[in-house]
Amino acid sequence: MDVVYTIWLRNIKRYLRSRSRIIGSLGMPLFFLVILGFGLNSVVTIPSISENYVEFLVPGIVSMSVLFMSIFSGAQIIWDKQFGFLKETLVAPVTRIEIMLGQAFGGATTAMLQGTIILVLSLFIGLSIPEISGLLTAFGFMALIGVGFTSLGIAIASRMEDMNGFQLIMSFLIFPIFGLSGAMFPIESLPPIFRSLTLADPLTYGVEGVRFGLCGVSQINPVTCLLVLLAFSVGMILFGAFLFRKIKM
Amino acid sequence: MKAVTVVDLTKKFGDFTAVDGVSFDIAEGEIFGLLGPNGAGKTTTISMLATIARPDSGKGEVAGHDIVKDEAGVRKSIGIVFQDQSLDEELTGWENMDFHGRLYRIPKSTRDERIEELLDLVGLTERKDDFVKTYSGGMRRRLEIARGLLHRPKVLFLDEPTLGLDPQTRNYLWDYIEKLSSEMNISVILTTHYMDEADRLCDRVGIIDKGKIIALDTPEDLKKTIGGDVVTVRSPDYAGKISDFSAPWIEKVESYDGFFSIALHGAEEHLPELIQILVARKIAISSVSVHKPTLEDVFLHYTGRRIRDSENGAREHLRMAYRARRHH
Repeated sequence: MDVVYTIWLRNIKRYLRSRSRIIGSLGMPLFFLVILGFGLNSVVTIPSISENYVEFLVPGIVSMSVLFMSIFSGAQIIWDKQFGFLKETLVAPVTRIEIMLGQAFGGATTAMLQGTIILVLSLFIGLSIPEISGLLTAFGFMALIGVGFTSLGIAIASRMEDMNGFQLIMSFLIFPIFGLSGAMFPIESLPPIFRSLTLADPLTYGVEGVRFGLCGVSQINPVTCLLVLLAFSVGMILFGAFLFRKIKM
Repeated sequence: MKAVTVVDLTKKFGDFTAVDGVSFDIAEGEIFGLLGPNGAGKTTTISMLATIARPDSGKGEVAGHDIVKDEAGVRKSIGIVFQDQSLDEELTGWENMDFHGRLYRIPKSTRDERIEELLDLVGLTERKDDFVKTYSGGMRRRLEIARGLLHRPKVLFLDEPTLGLDPQTRNYLWDYIEKLSSEMNISVILTTHYMDEADRLCDRVGIIDKGKIIALDTPEDLKKTIGGDVVTVRSPDYAGKISDFSAPWIEKVESYDGFFSIALHGAEEHLPELIQILVARKIAISSVSVHKPTLEDVFLHYTGRRIRDSENGAREHLRMAYRARRHH
């Protein structure tokens, strides 16, 4: 556990120090929230879920910032590989799984911090303050999204030599995961083919879980969300650990 | 007990045999050097001893732990400074040390005490709270060495410790390495392709070329195999002609690509005589130089090549350019 904590601690320190990264990665979520939210607020209403579109959008955007930050934190491994620091940890008398878990929890924590900033900012643009239990539910789902996708990031990073391929991952994996997640549209309104894609997207269950916490309603039963997301996160930890174990120095 | 024992260690990458039946041992407290050109198999040897790479055959023991069967035991008893930097530049010097101490599970009070002590030893106490990205190349190296010593290893591995550093910094670093090996009484194994470094620092040197150790002894004894002085004569007639000339004071004549090398005693007084012999034999002379034997001459003697000619200058240059780019 002490080794997991050590690696977690390094992630947190680096995150808190990189102000430009924190502010930089707030840009896109805020852009979505403000432009889409206010732009569509007057013309879009989503019956039975949310009175206004901004409130519908907030859980999706919170989940999105957790998603992006998680993947980036996992991909941190590529930088560590390139800058040589990974060797320092790999050659220490610790197991790979400890390193991997430290990285996964560290990444998930920074992703949650990032999501929390968005959440707080959302309070100023129309999100009504949720109850404590709802807030805790939302944080729980954010944590699961964080752990799951940081592990996915680690898995990808374990197979990549440098950051060159990362753009590809962003375009063909991360954006589709976000776009298909029901973060921006109600699932019911989608054509059948997209609906099944949405239901196959693990982030959907994260978004709906966060939505249940923040707004008290969701399009998918929150217990289903919890089970699916839990399974996804555990699966990703195993997948990430498997690939990280084979990483070459 | 020996600090390191290596018997017939071999590592292949596909058809290429990077390390070919290497054997040596290192005594406790000894500084042992592996000297050879880039690509000779030095780093691969070190990697196997550090359990980073698995040998294909042969045996190795570090501080009594088998490098294949007891990886964890080996890892606990070694410290490594890699050829390429392995610091976290976004952390301070102190934090890099602290991270290492935690990874090796050193309790906090001991950890803090040792970090102070080691940072002092390498002269970084004043900069300990600065980010590593503000450190110079020499400071980074010293920090890495201090870090490698934090968990009190029995054997310290230094892979090309002064690669890419300026001469002053190298001298400075050599002093540190000597100081810590005597103060902390640990064994050091270092790889280098600088003869002067091996000569200055190492108690014994193994000269390695194409995966094989071709000579192993103290630097003094290695140089003695060459003779008292060396006269190097550059000549277009290096092939053939010279092999048969001799004088009582000439110990050895060897011809190489573009020059020949004559080992003798009392070179200063015999030089005029030697030149007369060459002239009499109608051997054209482009230039003559006289020096005491160096490990370079030893390498030349065993391989017929100079270390710096071994075609890897370009690679090192690239590596340095890459480093410079990364750091600025």
